[in-house]
Amino acid sequence: MEIKSMHFKANASAKLADVVLQGNLKNAKGKFVTKRAQAIKDLDDFEGTRDAAEAIRNKVIDNLDLWLERFEQKAMDTGATVLWAKDGAEVCRLVTEIAKKHGVKKVTKSKSMLSEEAGLNQALEAAGIQPVETDLGEYILQVDNNEPPSHIIAPAVHKSLDDVADLFHKVHGTPRKTEIPALTREAREVLRGHFLSAEMGLSGGNFLVAETGSVALVTNEGNGRMVTTMPKVHVVITGIEKVIPTLEDLSTLMRLLPRSATGQPISNYFSILTGVKKPAEHDGPEHLYFVLVDSGRADVVGTDFHAILRCIRCGACMNHCPVYQTIGGHAYGWVYPGPMGSVLTPLYAGMENSIDLPHAATLCNQCGVVCPVKIPLPDLLRKLREKQTERGLRPITERIGLRVWAWVAQRPKLYALGASVGARYLKWLAGDTDRIRLLPTAPEWTLGRDFPAPQGKTFRELYAARRSATPRT
Amino acid sequence: MARVRVAMFVTCLVDLMRPRIGFAALKLLENAGCEVIVPDTQTCCGQPAWNSGDAPGAVALAKKTIAEFEGFEYVVVPSGSCGEHIRVEYPRLFAGEPDWRDRATALASRTYELTDFLVTVLKVDSVPGDYEGTVTYHDSCSGLRGLGIKQQPRALLAKVKGVSLKEMNGCEECCGFGGTFSIKFGEVSAAIAERKCDNVLASGAQAVVGGDLGCLLNIEGKLRRMGDETTQVLHVAEVLAGRT
Repeated sequence: MEIKSMHFKANASAKLADVVLQGNLKNAKGKFVTKRAQAIKDLDDFEGTRDAAEAIRNKVIDNLDLWLERFEQKAMDTGATVLWAKDGAEVCRLVTEIAKKHGVKKVTKSKSMLSEEAGLNQALEAAGIQPVETDLGEYILQVDNNEPPSHIIAPAVHKSLDDVADLFHKVHGTPRKTEIPALTREAREVLRGHFLSAEMGLSGGNFLVAETGSVALVTNEGNGRMVTTMPKVHVVITGIEKVIPTLEDLSTLMRLLPRSATGQPISNYFSILTGVKKPAEHDGPEHLYFVLVDSGRADVVGTDFHAILRCIRCGACMNHCPVYQTIGGHAYGWVYPGPMGSVLTPLYAGMENSIDLPHAATLCNQCGVVCPVKIPLPDLLRKLREKQTERGLRPITERIGLRVWAWVAQRPKLYALGASVGARYLKWLAGDTDRIRLLPTAPEWTLGRDFPAPQGKTFRELYAARRSATPRT
Repeated sequence: MARVRVAMFVTCLVDLMRPRIGFAALKLLENAGCEVIVPDTQTCCGQPAWNSGDAPGAVALAKKTIAEFEGFEYVVVPSGSCGEHIRVEYPRLFAGEPDWRDRATALASRTYELTDFLVTVLKVDSVPGDYEGTVTYHDSCSGLRGLGIKQQPRALLAKVKGVSLKEMNGCEECCGFGGTFSIKFGEVSAAIAERKCDNVLASGAQAVVGGDLGCLLNIEGKLRRMGDETTQVLHVAEVLAGRT
């Protein structure tokens, strides 16, 4: 996917001014946050389960090569083919080749963020193969001129009921419907024909189970089952970090994933798919391919950012992020928004393309405390800021400003003088009021709020005066 | 009991913007029987440098602060944010310097956010403040999620004659300040602050009270820009200490 993260600030401004979006974000926030909080409360031992989940994910990413080889062997034993893709371009090439090999004209897709990373739909279309998104949210986006998702589990969360009603009326040429069940039925009617005619199904994978060579899929709409069992070919595309050791581990992680994501104790559909259709079986694909994608992941192993590989893509960090809640996912400019996205985008799509993202966080750690696998997201964002500074990627004025400030702060007398001049200057700006309407030294502050006036003298001045007035014993 | 010897880390924001918060903290500590020293060479704990990706600057300021404060029995900070930086982050700054890491860890273990110190260490049973009215409490992020400051300020406010606490919706949500975030992404920051202020106003409280001046300046600035001229914005130390 083309990266637009370099325009974060301008995009964020536009999103703030979008009244419809602001309303949609407000609705979504309430749903996700409230439901998750209840679901977590219902769990016997959330913190203990989190610790266990963290340990499982660490076990894998600390020896990723080993677990991937185990998975590969087991998957091959079940009749699957395991392919490795270095980057998005290779994903596109491999999937197109598979499609051509099996004479595929149409591909039904269940949700896959990896296919967004790779820009797979465009590649398939260019090769004359029709991709059909079947997740309702992804379908909405696809028929809306291939709009990118704004959330990793609720891709069309930025759209309102009215938006979708207008869209379906336009693209389906049907009377405008305003009830959700009616709109859903309309999408199902369109998709049903595609499910029946597609020769290939394409899905992501929430987890790859090394012990059995299986892929686990967590979905809420049932489209995943159609995509993975009806066509003769099933292709799973997922990141290499998604492997876990055992089914027992899967059960632990599944206690957290749906609860963290949507506040459900279990998703409506939960599938564990193993191997190709055996001779006596009625359902399942004749051909099963795993396309395991690196796209920057292997380079993160063993670095300061290793912990981000634990991520199980629940979306809780963005649902709880004050910045995401305020501007939505599109402003972030790439596949993954919110706190996890602000870590992943610089790592996978280039630090120089996403200068703003690690800074676009208040470091409130709301993301860190909800993360089911305990990724210290604020620490990782801070570390990225440090890397930017080391690589000279920050604006020169900021670098010099910080240097000068730190230099002065190490010299108490100079600092005290600076502070007392500063306090007087700010007081002067406020005049005889209690606030500053326009702060020349930091105009961004006063764009949307006032800056309260200081008292006018520093603590150290007043304290020294008080002590000299009342000498102590 | 011998008087507890406490060094106060005033914080750069209180020094520059609101000295009265420093004096309120001083009064609270002295009232509780502490001998309070305010080392006059103190400047900033270095958190802005650390959060801006300037590790060398953060390390230099941490060393300076450690050297100034490590001789005291306790260090008390009227800020959850600076308190968290010293208590939680300092020991992590010195991975490659074991001597400094040990000194940082020792200082960290004796450093407390003001309300935490009053409740946990001093176990005060009265405070000098008197405030007539309803207040709502904003839980600042670093104090809440970094230091576990939640019940301490509420327990102390309950001891102030005349105060009644009315919790607002989303009291644990970020106000949008975020240090340099507030001036790098001013519009987004102010939009987050607006949600906080909506909750403050909806609570109907006369004053919003908090433990971090950064958040309070943000909330006050937004309330005033929204046209609210009546809601007071106060540091918890001001309410607890009364007139200084």
